[in-house]
Amino acid sequence: MKLRVTPIGNGTVIDHIPAGQALNVLKILGIDRTTEATISLLMNVASRRSGRKDIVKVEDRELREEEVNRISLIAPGATINIIRDRKVVEKRTVDMPDLIVGVLRCPNPSCISNTSEPIRSQLLVKSKNPVILRCVYCEQTIAEKIADYLI
Amino acid sequence: MFAKRHVISMREFSREEIDSVLDLAESLEPYARGGRCEALRGKILALLFFEPSTRTRLSFETAMMRLGGKTLSLGPAEGSAMAKGESLADTIRVIGAYADALVIRHPKEGSARLASEFSPVPVLNAGDGAGHHPTQTLLDLYTIRKESRLDDLKIALVGDLKYGRTVHSLAYALALYGAEITLVSPSTLEMPDRIKADLAGNGTIVRETHALEDVLGEVDVLYITRIQKERFPDPYEYLKVAKSYRIGADSLEGARDRLIIMHPLPRVDEIAPEVDGTRHAVYFRQSFYGVPVRMALLKMLIGDRLE
Repeated sequence: MKLRVTPIGNGTVIDHIPAGQALNVLKILGIDRTTEATISLLMNVASRRSGRKDIVKVEDRELREEEVNRISLIAPGATINIIRDRKVVEKRTVDMPDLIVGVLRCPNPSCISNTSEPIRSQLLVKSKNPVILRCVYCEQTIAEKIADYLI
Repeated sequence: MFAKRHVISMREFSREEIDSVLDLAESLEPYARGGRCEALRGKILALLFFEPSTRTRLSFETAMMRLGGKTLSLGPAEGSAMAKGESLADTIRVIGAYADALVIRHPKEGSARLASEFSPVPVLNAGDGAGHHPTQTLLDLYTIRKESRLDDLKIALVGDLKYGRTVHSLAYALALYGAEITLVSPSTLEMPDRIKADLAGNGTIVRETHALEDVLGEVDVLYITRIQKERFPDPYEYLKVAKSYRIGADSLEGARDRLIIMHPLPRVDEIAPEVDGTRHAVYFRQSFYGVPVRMALLKMLIGDRLE
């Protein structure tokens, strides 16, 4: 396969993101236009495993485990490669945490977590596959279109 | 058996914990009827009602006074004025420093949970929007245990089973006791599938019907809820449905001798006044049982913690 983007020297490569979800991955990681890091984003590249996939490369930044674990919400099959001096020094899969804090808003418009109270949204993970989350405050469940509720 | 700091949702109660509340409520009932009790003398309960309520508020106030304690309260007007400027979190921190426990009713779902995160003292949820109302569920269970039985119970939940979340928490709690539950509602107000699946998953026998007369002869308890006019776009449809779920003396022919009829009140016209005098009607006693049940919770949360 022809390389479209050259390998990075140092940083994090997030591979096996479902096609079309790369932008949501950046959103979950809190990476937006204010970032100074060099980011490469590949969408709809060929994948032996799943036909098409997205890849995100973040240079000179090693993402922490709790940061990458949030990705599991939209990309449970993603793999994380930590690169140092052009070598993969760590390879891991994402593992969904038991509690998701401040990443998704509760879908219930009447929930106290959707007001200006000094709290962050908290969603309990009831099931990882399929993903079923429950708001700690109002107990509403979220099971579909999870990316729609990204903060 | 009871190590809770707050009472927010029935989801957090085990059967043993429910039993311990009901047992204590039973032993406090004579005091709820006026016997002298000083268990919470010198203690203060703050009532924070950001939404109007009569019976829940008065019942909590009575419960605290019957235990020898005092109450202070935030009326709906002050509540709404406060809600405009100050965050609920701040209000809770401030009033939590004045009182030994807080009772909160608030229009937003999850508000009682938030209060419990910021309060230095125990929080009791007296209704959070369309959310939970655990003290209602506990008094319902107390009524069933007292006036009928909790074991091998056959109960019909009747009326609006879609929006009425108190019926949902009651159904979950009854499942802990292995009750056989029949859901009776118009097709537009059926219990959500998610809850039926949860109940069935726990091994609870759940049946469904649209016709009240199908179950009347087979159940120990009829739990009636109000069908609200606002739920129907067509007023004619509402009248038709409301009429078919109305309990009159004639609809009770064929009912079990020991059938009890419950209603969380206020009723509008779901139960005809002529039923009030029958041996089946327990809804006014049910409303009174809110006092010993709330006394039990207050004593467990405020009293025992200090000893």
